[in-house]
Amino acid sequence: MITMAETKAPAARPLSPHLQIYRPMLTMMMSIAHRITGFGLYFGTLLLAWWVISASGPNGYARFEAFAGSWIGRLILFGYTWALIHHMLGGIRHLIWDSGRGLGPIERERLAAANLIGSIAITLILWAIGLLAMGGSQ
Amino acid sequence: MNEKAHIRTPLARVRGHGAAKSGTGHFWHQRVTAVANIPLTIAAVIILITLLGRNQAAAAQILGSPAIAIIMLLFIASITTHMRIGMAAIIEDYVHDDNAKLILLMANTFFTIAVGLASAFGILKLSFGV
Repeated sequence: MITMAETKAPAARPLSPHLQIYRPMLTMMMSIAHRITGFGLYFGTLLLAWWVISASGPNGYARFEAFAGSWIGRLILFGYTWALIHHMLGGIRHLIWDSGRGLGPIERERLAAANLIGSIAITLILWAIGLLAMGGSQ
Repeated sequence: MNEKAHIRTPLARVRGHGAAKSGTGHFWHQRVTAVANIPLTIAAVIILITLLGRNQAAAAQILGSPAIAIIMLLFIASITTHMRIGMAAIIEDYVHDDNAKLILLMANTFFTIAVGLASAFGILKLSFGV
């Protein structure tokens, strides 16, 4: 009996609906964004390693600064800043959820919206401070 | 699945082979490092901003000073541990071929340890001034 059942082709049962079935929701998008920003930050640590290693000599540091000051470098670092802040705020959101709070239909939407608005606002503020701090040298 | 018919229950077959008691290790470490990452990231960002516009000698001196170096080393240790677990979860979710999965999980371990050690080396070099 068992042998017969196991060799039979699986019945064509309906599958559970996947991503493309659902209407995009903010919490779903923020979940995807959390994973993508984490993925980006993973490789962004190469920049962190380059930065601290280059700081031991003037030539290496000049090369890093040339990259960081170029338009592509600035673009990458701006994206890195946003990914870092977004992932951090997303992590705080997940820690709140882990405690069993903020899971209601209204709260979770508000947390997701705060995550997005907060990450954009903090990124812009940090860059404003950073560009002001660099103003003296340029 | 076992081809032959047998009378042992599924529970009897798996008993003694499972990852019992250690299955939540990654879950817990991901949260411990997540909590540690919050103050450490804020500190690292503040350190970075204070270094903007300074020359290499000043940046090296500040980054290598004991308190800053220790914060940076903790930051590096925490984020690389966190990202190793996170990337392992991504690989396990999307890579279904057994060989590819094994290779990528190994590459993940190699990358996170290498980038963590390289960064730590960079900080220690500044701190010890060699």
